[in-house]
Amino acid sequence: MGDIPGDLKFLSSHEWVRVEPDGSVTIGISDHAQDLLGDIVFVELPDIGQSIDAETDAAIVESVKAASDVYSPISGEVTEINSILEDQPEIINSSPYEDGWFYKMMPSDLSETDNLLSPEDYSEVCED
Amino acid sequence: MIQPKNTALHSSHINLGAKMVNFAQWEMPITYSSLIEEHHAVRETAGIFDVSHMAVFDFNGGDQIGFFEKIFANDIKKIANENKALYGVLLNEDGGILDDLIIYHANDKFRLVSNCSTREQNFDWYKKHAVDFGVEVVERMDMGILAIQGPEAMKKILAMNEISSLVENLEPFGCMFSDEHLYARTGYTGEDGLELIVPNDVIVNLWEKALAEGCTPIGLGARDTLRLEAGLNLYGNDMTINNHPYESNLAWTIDMKDEARDFIGKNALLKVDKEISQKIIGVLLKDRGVLRPGYEITHEQGKGIILSGTYSPTLEASIGLARVDQGHGDKGQVMIRNKALNIDFVSPRFLRQGKI
Repeated sequence: MGDIPGDLKFLSSHEWVRVEPDGSVTIGISDHAQDLLGDIVFVELPDIGQSIDAETDAAIVESVKAASDVYSPISGEVTEINSILEDQPEIINSSPYEDGWFYKMMPSDLSETDNLLSPEDYSEVCED
Repeated sequence: MIQPKNTALHSSHINLGAKMVNFAQWEMPITYSSLIEEHHAVRETAGIFDVSHMAVFDFNGGDQIGFFEKIFANDIKKIANENKALYGVLLNEDGGILDDLIIYHANDKFRLVSNCSTREQNFDWYKKHAVDFGVEVVERMDMGILAIQGPEAMKKILAMNEISSLVENLEPFGCMFSDEHLYARTGYTGEDGLELIVPNDVIVNLWEKALAEGCTPIGLGARDTLRLEAGLNLYGNDMTINNHPYESNLAWTIDMKDEARDFIGKNALLKVDKEISQKIIGVLLKDRGVLRPGYEITHEQGKGIILSGTYSPTLEASIGLARVDQGHGDKGQVMIRNKALNIDFVSPRFLRQGKI
């Protein structure tokens, strides 16, 4: 498994969030998560404009083997979704931290990221 | 926690980087690389599976034909004078399916292969009924099973000097023994190929030879998508002890032509009203999503439930098997996360000879 980019924060349920320079946030699932799931064949993304609370379900990801909920690491309003995943969900397998992002939000309270795991702490969770 | 059992190929799987899972108390490979790539390898060239977790039984002495006539809903006489395999089900007195299995007959010997999760139940059942026929039942924990499947499977097998001369004349469903080694032209993928039911001490060598001939190792994940595309039932998903064969797409395995034959479950089956039974049918999801077991179905004249569901790498769409009320027509709907999505009802055999 590749190195985890240092600017990400994680939920122990394998979602990441990146704070962008403009104050928005991008959300996706970890390399470890895509590896556990195997070949991803379907995603259901949130609606633009939808408000999502931290640690509630925001999306669905399904591999050949199983369906899994994706939880939002922080609260906010969805501003953009990665629609290309609807036709090419396998991008999540090949590029979980870049091209395979799920959605972007305007966060309601950026300090929520303080409650999240650092890349080092998240790596330890994955080893358990 | 009970320590899971390992097959003779356990270290081979680990060395190939397989992702291992606990499957009915056996630690088995679920994938080696990508499930979808493994699936395509079997449809396009050839793959090799370790299915040594399946239960193997041999039989000694007594009236073995009488024994199988009693416990097996298909009629063993179909293969009693041939070197062939016969698929069918084991029923209880109520006509409920205890398991599905294959009985092989060759060189005057029978060998039976049934599911892993029903191993103890079946062994007890066989022993209980074998007594009346003076038959000894032997559980062959020393046997493993390799399946080599795909359009190029036979070509690759014939290049393996160890076994080529033994298997070159096998017809589909044909089988032969060489000592304790059983070679059969059977499988669970809808493709041509062989199953090798052989002692554990030769398994690793045969596995390595097959890999050297270019067979791709295939995990249990792709085994499931392959069998579902071929419309083959999985015991525990598509039928259980609470189902009779007529509502499980298995009427073809019930043989009552010999009216004098009294098999376990026959009386119960004679009372089933086939006109009103539910049935198993294939389901193709027309909208985006993936069918999963337990999803509810509705159609014009009734309802149903998804038994097995997955993504079909060959059809690039989601497919499933469902048990539905009769009168279903061609179209229906499935509820996925509180949304009604469109489905077509189709033959459970999504592919024939590996083709759409």
